[in-house]
Amino acid sequence: MTTAISARSLRKVYPGTPPVEALAGADLDIQDNEFFTLLGPSGCGKTTLLRMIAGFEHPTSGSLDMFGASLLDLPPYKRPINTVFQSYALFPHLTVSQNIAFGLEMLGKPKTEIKETVAQMVDLVQMSELADRQTGQISGGQQQRVALARALAPKPRVLLLDEPLSALDFKLRKEMQLELKRLQTETGITFIFVTHDQEEALTMSDRIAVMNAGSIRQIGAPRDIYDHPAERFVADFIGDTNFLSAQITSSNADRARVDLSSGESTSARLPEGGARDGQVTLAIRPEHAKLVMPDDGLLRGTLENIVYFGTDTHIHLRLTDGTPFTLRQQNNSETELQFAKGDTAGIRFAPDVAQVLKD
Amino acid sequence: MTDLSLTAAKRASRRRWILLAPALILLVFAASGPLLITVIFSLLTPGDYGGVVWKFSTDGWFGVFAQRDIFDGTFGWSDAHLSIFWRSVKLSLITTVACLFFGVPTAYFIATRPKKQRGFWMLLIIIPFWTNLLIRTFAILELIRNEGTVNSLLIWAGVIDAPIQILYTEFSIILGMVYVYLPLMVLPVYASMERFDFSLVEAAYDLYATRFRVLRRVILPLVKPGIVAGSILVFVPSLGAYVTPRVMGGGNQLMLGNLIELQFGQGRNWPLGAALSMTLLAIVMVALIVYVRAAGNEEVQHG
Repeated sequence: MTTAISARSLRKVYPGTPPVEALAGADLDIQDNEFFTLLGPSGCGKTTLLRMIAGFEHPTSGSLDMFGASLLDLPPYKRPINTVFQSYALFPHLTVSQNIAFGLEMLGKPKTEIKETVAQMVDLVQMSELADRQTGQISGGQQQRVALARALAPKPRVLLLDEPLSALDFKLRKEMQLELKRLQTETGITFIFVTHDQEEALTMSDRIAVMNAGSIRQIGAPRDIYDHPAERFVADFIGDTNFLSAQITSSNADRARVDLSSGESTSARLPEGGARDGQVTLAIRPEHAKLVMPDDGLLRGTLENIVYFGTDTHIHLRLTDGTPFTLRQQNNSETELQFAKGDTAGIRFAPDVAQVLKD
Repeated sequence: MTDLSLTAAKRASRRRWILLAPALILLVFAASGPLLITVIFSLLTPGDYGGVVWKFSTDGWFGVFAQRDIFDGTFGWSDAHLSIFWRSVKLSLITTVACLFFGVPTAYFIATRPKKQRGFWMLLIIIPFWTNLLIRTFAILELIRNEGTVNSLLIWAGVIDAPIQILYTEFSIILGMVYVYLPLMVLPVYASMERFDFSLVEAAYDLYATRFRVLRRVILPLVKPGIVAGSILVFVPSLGAYVTPRVMGGGNQLMLGNLIELQFGQGRNWPLGAALSMTLLAIVMVALIVYVRAAGNEEVQHG
């Protein structure tokens, strides 16, 4: 596997009083043909990182390479990288096909080739019937497709996508998620996708980098990140999580024996480079726990609220030590909740579903 | 039933007329009326002490382009008038181009400032408007006359020995007109640039367009409405400019406005003045049609 984009100690500080550190030394390797997602809340530095790869921002320090060669001295128009902008930034004075042809024209491609590629692209994003429309005359979802076709037409090595789905409504967004994934697989282009939507990140990405406050907190496959968040921020930002305090009693390479507040003990996973003993915080996903009779539980709590969501039911409990705990149960014809609001119930989870957090 | 709907229709029509009245009054008294009077005056005979005598004559229109030789009574082209027409068109064009040259970057500069600062920069552009045109023109005169600030400074610095003749040249007229009309270029260009979405510039950079190509293929086509409007706003009043050429040209660099004024004043030839005014109107209209057509065509080519 070749590395498409490689960043080392990439840092960006915006001058001002006080100066703002938008990116605090990021280290990152993005593989060729990968669907890579930068995920984080607004202001976490993900857009700054993307804009540096595109060439719109210059890093304060650090290195940024593409297929082994430095990108830093190249202006945006010399980087074989294209961007799908959040606002689409379609040229309003040009038609759909002229927008798609723009990059090819700037590259000085022969007219026949431009025509062919534009026809292909228009087809690829299913816009053939609207090819001669002005961009102001098409809907948001269609504009999104044009922006995508325009960025793909020059066949870049890397495609950057800056929250391209945020302006679409829910249903269209779902469609485009699948569409984007299909396009990435078909074209074999490396996609770097920026989003603050954790669900979007989980469904589309090969790997995700979770960012917060200007630094990368964790990089991994969606499943890794979801099941084994390394720290509180990651666990909290992606999905719902229960936090429990626990005491490590013994540990080996990647597992630890922990005592819960109830006195019961279980086995939990250890994060890389985290604490190996003492007082720690555990993260447990709501769907990994289930309700049992009080005496069979690892933990005991009182049911405070039961919320029905259609596909599943969320059960909010308060543990005997006062910690809130949420449980998610899938609804099907066989599951029937045996508890009512106010009852005391036990909570059980399998060994190793609990994750020890670094902080 | 029919009666009722009839009165309703009548009332609606009356209301329409009342609502239209201000616009109609303005059109009749401020636009069509004076224009009609000018047309009529241009076809009458001049009175001995100014004014007109109600006798039909085409002499006024004749005098716009031709003149009678005082010695042999033959007719020839009126060289004086033609050279004044030419000078007016030339100086107005140069003024417009100069305003574009200085105004577009100025507007770009203001439009790219943070939102809070733009008001301040616009204020600097607009402040001269608050002062009387004549006073501003005399202020420039003070700067560039032979004993004025510029020449004195240059002599003091030893750059030149004798004052340069800046005043009373075509250059001084252009200088004055550019100064006076520059805001008329900056304002509409700024208005179209303010609406301009600068993420388009990034998009174009991203799609392999160099700086120059971004300007030519993205920025200019999109701010063109502002540039067209600004050019018209500068060119039209330049063509009829009167105060600036009078003060800065010192009376020997006449432009159309001065020529017209001369006919209504010392010349005591109102029909000729009226005909010249109509000619000015015609030149402006032809120029506008040519310009707007050309600007429109370019758009079709781009696309």
